[in-house]
Amino acid sequence: MIHKYKLNGYNIALDINSGCVHVLDDISYDILDYIDGNMEKECPCDIIEKLSEKYNKEEIVSCYNELYELYEEDMLFADDDFLKNAAEKLKEYSPIKAMCLHIAHDCNLRCEYCFASTGDYAAGHRSLMSYEVGKKAIDFLIEKSGNRRNLEVDFFGGEPLMNFEVVKKLVEYGRQREKECNKNFRFTITTNGVLLSDDKIKYINENMHNVVLSLDGRKEVNDKMRKRVDGTGSYDSIIEKYKNFVSQRGVKDYYVRGTFTRNNLDFSKDLMHMVDLGFKQTSIEPVVADEKENYAIREEDLPVIFSEYENLAKEIIEKRKNGQFFNFFHFMIDLSQGPCVIKRLKGCGSGNEYVAITPEGDIYPCHQFVGMEEYKMGSVMDGSFDNEIKEKFAAANILNKPKCKDCFAKFYCSGGCNANNILYGGGIDDPYDISCQLEKKRIECAIMIKAALSE
Amino acid sequence: MKHTKTLNTKTLKETACKGGCGECQTSCQSACKTSCTVANQECENENNK
Ligand code: SF4
Ligand code: SF4
Repeated sequence: MIHKYKLNGYNIALDINSGCVHVLDDISYDILDYIDGNMEKECPCDIIEKLSEKYNKEEIVSCYNELYELYEEDMLFADDDFLKNAAEKLKEYSPIKAMCLHIAHDCNLRCEYCFASTGDYAAGHRSLMSYEVGKKAIDFLIEKSGNRRNLEVDFFGGEPLMNFEVVKKLVEYGRQREKECNKNFRFTITTNGVLLSDDKIKYINENMHNVVLSLDGRKEVNDKMRKRVDGTGSYDSIIEKYKNFVSQRGVKDYYVRGTFTRNNLDFSKDLMHMVDLGFKQTSIEPVVADEKENYAIREEDLPVIFSEYENLAKEIIEKRKNGQFFNFFHFMIDLSQGPCVIKRLKGCGSGNEYVAITPEGDIYPCHQFVGMEEYKMGSVMDGSFDNEIKEKFAAANILNKPKCKDCFAKFYCSGGCNANNILYGGGIDDPYDISCQLEKKRIECAIMIKAALSE
Repeated sequence: MKHTKTLNTKTLKETACKGGCGECQTSCQSACKTSCTVANQECENENNK
């Protein structure tokens, strides 16, 4: 199975099962149209015939021979026999190793698109997680983590800085427990920046493995959606704090992360705005919203979004070639040593390796499910845990998603966001088409960047 | 090769046997929280390197 496409002047063929990426000249690219996966040593006459108007015979044969060499090396039309092995491994029980701690179901912003219903997750009341609940959550994670050593805890909200004292105490608790249990905690935090102070910046830089700073880009774009309680925009109150934060971050991970909506389909400008502000690690995501919302992405917007991704890819190439650097999260791809196949098939791990805990201690498959009663998995307070739901989510891997089976993106994408699939697609195993199309475009761009930078 | 340039070697297959240790980062945790890409993740397993 191969996927071939032209982008930015490059002819690219991705051999899906081997993971090999080939950059081709026009002849080889055209020849691939006439090869179905079983290659013979001699170049078949009908290929020569079909292409003889465009190219001469020697060229065609010489290209064919090169392609045949790749085929012989299992680098073109490779088989997927290894998936049998992988399928067996996927049936094994996975310990829980990551947790999203909803440390505050309260927020000091009122972002219009917030999936958490501006902080309270539609619960109708705002609440903060107590130290006691947090401790129980960490104990739960350790207990369920089996032999996994690296454990992740993300402080999430609402806005986690609204409950920062508990965050600090829980980090301390985790550090104490990891020694006792031979674990390694990686703490991360996602914040809107409003409450960042010098002290908090210092603390976060010392203790958090990764930090996500929310910003949608240009001031007018950010302020249209990311509003303060009084209705004014948040841009001016966070931007200097972010700059200050990043200047002290050193080489540790962070992302300045935004959401784009139908209001700013020219989002490449927003990303470049972040870059111009000096942020080197960036991410911008399509909004996840009900199609009734006027800011939701529609099918008809896709061509514009595709060309925006292409613009971004070109910016990255140009900057890198000039010795400058910035990263766009969705274009980061490791062709030589990415994650193993098992990981690629498993995807996000929600409800299986990853869970979210509410301020009350309730367990959900991930942050996007919080508040959806039918997905409540249990509680860290009484130790209840519904393994049936876990199994259901464990089975939601690429091999069990019919649309993914034949999709070229399957080893890069992870099978879509389960929450998205349930809410807007056709169920956990049926990915949401708009997300798929965006994902495939991003992967094509990411691979093209590699081709361009390999010159 | 004159007509084709290959950017990487085949690695996927081998990781089907050696992989699956589960020590790598959960994919939605890092920079997105609303969408998910796995190809940009780092492998933490020394056996795979
Ligand atoms: S893009 Fe869609 S169909 Fe393709 S692997 Fe991802 S979720 Fe599956
Ligand atoms: S279901 Fe979606 S939001 Fe939840 S962890 Fe997976 S990718 Fe992330």
